[in-house]
Amino acid sequence: MESDYKVKLEVFEGPLDLLLYLIKKEEVDIYDIPIERITNQYMEYLSLMKLLNLEVAGEFLVMAATLMYIKSRMLLPADQQVTDSEAEEGEDPRWELIRQLVEYKKFKDAALHLGRREEEQSNIFYRQSPDPGVDVDADVPLAEVGIFDLINAFNQVLKRASDREDFREIIEEQFTVSDKIEEILYTTRERLQVVFSELFAQASSRAEVVVTFLALLELIRLKRMRVQQQQAFGEIQIVRV
Amino acid sequence: MTLELKTIMEAVLFAAERPLSPKDIRTLFAEATDEQNPALPESFRHVREAQLVAVLEELKVEYDTQQRSFQLVEIAGGWRVVSRPEFAPWLKRLLDEARPHRLSQPSLETLAIIALRQPISRADIAGIRGVEVDGVIRTLLERDLITITGKSDTPGRPMLYGTTQKFLEHFGLSNLDAMPKAAELRLQAAALKTAEEKVEVQKELIIHEEATQTNPQQS
Repeated sequence: MESDYKVKLEVFEGPLDLLLYLIKKEEVDIYDIPIERITNQYMEYLSLMKLLNLEVAGEFLVMAATLMYIKSRMLLPADQQVTDSEAEEGEDPRWELIRQLVEYKKFKDAALHLGRREEEQSNIFYRQSPDPGVDVDADVPLAEVGIFDLINAFNQVLKRASDREDFREIIEEQFTVSDKIEEILYTTRERLQVVFSELFAQASSRAEVVVTFLALLELIRLKRMRVQQQQAFGEIQIVRV
Repeated sequence: MTLELKTIMEAVLFAAERPLSPKDIRTLFAEATDEQNPALPESFRHVREAQLVAVLEELKVEYDTQQRSFQLVEIAGGWRVVSRPEFAPWLKRLLDEARPHRLSQPSLETLAIIALRQPISRADIAGIRGVEVDGVIRTLLERDLITITGKSDTPGRPMLYGTTQKFLEHFGLSNLDAMPKAAELRLQAAALKTAEEKVEVQKELIIHEEATQTNPQQS
């Protein structure tokens, strides 16, 4: 594959971005993409990216597969088209991709506009309130909870979770600590205070309980949350700082 | 000093640390008291919002025609006194250190999507952008430009995101409709029934787009 690139590789935000770039560069109609030409170009870019040791994200490869699929479908005569249960009768196999591209392009333009506004705003100044700072002490002085109390409470929740685990449909779910951090912050957005066990009430598996607990520890470390209890071995309360 | 509606509002806008809506201002008039001279605040007690809006417009024009160094702008549902861009070189020296960095391209794209399609889940944002958005979402949450607005009822109950007041302030937008092509972009593609219908709409949009592009730089 010969190519006379003057290597001026843009940074593409994703496969759609790269496709838009190719469509513009090739001066083709976005509503009538010459799929073969664009697919070839796309593959060339992918190999170039690999050649330059740029990390090629998985999404780029997925798009490559989609392009190949569309290309192969377009080679089939109309009466031999696989009837995709979702696709409507006789629908152009390119349609879904085109729709996606057009939509993405609009948001990309909107982002451009936002960028311009941001630049304009950087020249405009106004009175700003000083950082309010953290108002730590509320009213009721509860005892701070130590790590062992936490682990103890965690253990109880974990036991409850494994009881729950007997028979159920298996749904693959993945939880990340950062997701759970957001979730905890969300739960405590309106009520400043929640009870420890409440955080785990919805948890459906051990994994989720563990991740939730890790998220809580992280929030405590970041001083976004405090844990308190009114008496020894009492319910632990989580307070948003 | 004449204590009339206009000068009082000017003082209020001058001292305010956030954009003030006509409603905010009306509340001030409704609640202000003065022990020495109770009659004066009383005389403004029942001022109407429409009246306040008229005075705001008047002040805005006044600052513009008098070529003051500041202007009155409508931002995030309220009004705020801001400096004119010409004075940026000096004000930047004075204040800029505290300013956060400008947003990256992925952040801007993600924000545009969230702003116009909120409430929206990460998966749906990723669907439009064609790439993962986890890292970007985290940054935007940290900068308080977006917030979690709830949970979806779809399987997995994913979090839904929306833009904040600070988003509007950051970009100097009076509201979400002030974004370009706000109405069209809110159109949910899924709501359009048939493929033909979709094509029609898309073609229309393209024509519209070309028309706006031929216009000399707006904004």
